[in-house]
Amino acid sequence: MASVGQDLTEYLRQEMMPTVWCPGCGHGIIAQGIATALQQIGADLDQVVVVGGIGCSGRTPFYMNTGAMHTTHGRALAFATGLKLARPRLTVVVTMGDGDALAIGGNHFIHAARRNIDLTVVLYNNSIYGMTGGQSAPTTPQGSRSTTTPLGSIEPNFDATVLAQAAGATFVARSTTFDFQEMPQLIARAIRHPGFSVVEVLSQCPTYYGRLNRLGEAPEMLQWERDRTLPVPDGPLPEITREDLVGKQPIGIFREEIRPEYTARYRELCAAAGGTYNA
Amino acid sequence: MKLIQGNEAVALAAAAAGCDFYAGYPITPATEIMEQMARILPPQGGVFIQMEDELSAAAAVIGAAWGGARAMTATSGPGFSLMQEHIGYAAMTQTPCVFVDSQRGGPSTGLPTLPAQGEVMQSRFGSHGDRVAIVLTASSVLSAYEMTARAFDLAETYRQPVVVLLDAVLSHMRENVDLPEIQPVPRVVPELGEDFQPFGDSPFVPFGEGHRTVVTGLAHDETGLPKTAGGKATERLLRALEARLARDAREITYYRAHALEGAKVVLLSYGITARAAREAVDVLRGEGIAAGLLDLQTIWPFPDWLVQEVAERADAILVPELNLGQLVIPVQAAVAGRCRVAPLGRADGNLFTPEEIAQAARALLAAEETGGVLHG
Repeated sequence: MASVGQDLTEYLRQEMMPTVWCPGCGHGIIAQGIATALQQIGADLDQVVVVGGIGCSGRTPFYMNTGAMHTTHGRALAFATGLKLARPRLTVVVTMGDGDALAIGGNHFIHAARRNIDLTVVLYNNSIYGMTGGQSAPTTPQGSRSTTTPLGSIEPNFDATVLAQAAGATFVARSTTFDFQEMPQLIARAIRHPGFSVVEVLSQCPTYYGRLNRLGEAPEMLQWERDRTLPVPDGPLPEITREDLVGKQPIGIFREEIRPEYTARYRELCAAAGGTYNA
Repeated sequence: MKLIQGNEAVALAAAAAGCDFYAGYPITPATEIMEQMARILPPQGGVFIQMEDELSAAAAVIGAAWGGARAMTATSGPGFSLMQEHIGYAAMTQTPCVFVDSQRGGPSTGLPTLPAQGEVMQSRFGSHGDRVAIVLTASSVLSAYEMTARAFDLAETYRQPVVVLLDAVLSHMRENVDLPEIQPVPRVVPELGEDFQPFGDSPFVPFGEGHRTVVTGLAHDETGLPKTAGGKATERLLRALEARLARDAREITYYRAHALEGAKVVLLSYGITARAAREAVDVLRGEGIAAGLLDLQTIWPFPDWLVQEVAERADAILVPELNLGQLVIPVQAAVAGRCRVAPLGRADGNLFTPEEIAQAARALLAAEETGGVLHG
């Protein structure tokens, strides 16, 4: 089985290197996780499309040696929905940032989950808007600082994994860039999952979130990620009142269940109408 | 011969032109197009999906095009506004797809069930940044059928989003129509050599056909890769498309002429308004006034050459339209003093009567004779 440390050259688009990501940014670890997952499942790269939104995470498609679609802010899932429906044989991985997926793109996120269409979302959550210089996001922890919450955020922050489950996603997991060995395995499982899958990966933004909240450089932030998370066994999210989870975010697979997938249901609908979908 | 509705004609034409993907969001007065596609596509194995809003409908259409589908959506004013960003994305990424906008009274929510022609300029300039636009209009159920089919062909030929403008009345009116045969422009996926470049003059190659294309709304060159010096590449690609459309201007300019031969006062109109203008021409001709009609079905790229030919032989051009004066702007620019041009606008949700147009034409001619100034 492929694992971290393997040669990923053929999975990365060499002519687009180096990446735009800042030194110490966690996004490269996640992109490596996606490449590793593609290697792990033995994907035919001609039949893979990585679709991204706008922001730091949205740049990922450029670095993948697959089909790549860099779309508009928040709408990556809507593009991906059309793409997957038009050519269901494609493996479609969607990279979105926390602001991209949960603020401007929140509507598309819940509706793609509701349809249970076979797309894999890798949600890069660095708690802040990086590309525009450190503004607050729906994931910015309440009380913490950004350039638009200089006095501390008073808004409660979203838990993307709870939202995804409530909306109907059938595979929901969370990992971190600290867990760089396990995270690619989760992404691989999510890609294999026949339905709408979400892997939220907590990532570090030392340039903005770290600096504004005095969390140190990348190594300190990675330790901070380790300290604020707790691996839990596969299964429903544990009660957040559990003592060892106070102030921590669980990581692991919170839901993995098989329910009818959208393109499969669409195939049945066409057949019932006498048509052959995607013959 | 079949009695069909304007919106139904659009759906039937799309299907005949090879449309196999529809994504949309309900909105008056365009909804029947969507309802028809929901019935037409599944038995053909095509995809129909109702999206969560117009932003996602437009995005799904573009995604589907890159999945190899011939894709379209239809909407009306407020939805068309929401789609503008993605129309620009489709232009930037050279994505063939079709957008139908059934115009209703505006601005804002406006007059949902009443006709207007308020999106002439939006369909050209509504998306941020500059680009080249292809926009068709229709003045009858038959022309709605024909122009929708042409839209798919032009989208394919030029790899661009193509807009068809209808209005609330044409969408909902019914006429007896003999539906013409449609031969869709075939799509040929070329042999992909080592030096294949997915953008520029290249044929459209969807994902999954062997080339791992990079599609982005960022400035890019023929390779598709965003480069730091991308602005020059963007302008080069835009100017090349502009030149290609200019070269093909006579083939892609669809119009209908009525009594244009020897006309001294020309009614230049389009869409639903052209119907009243045609009637007005007959009224004026009955009075011995040499009137004629130019009903433009291709409004963008604007056919300067055609309007100039007409202006050379006419004394005056009147431009009736259901807005405060939109298409009259490029008409005035094209005519450039060759003859007088006057606007005739209304934006109250009502159609012009033929008599109102005829009266404006008479007044224009009278002003012509006395040298007076006519305010439109």
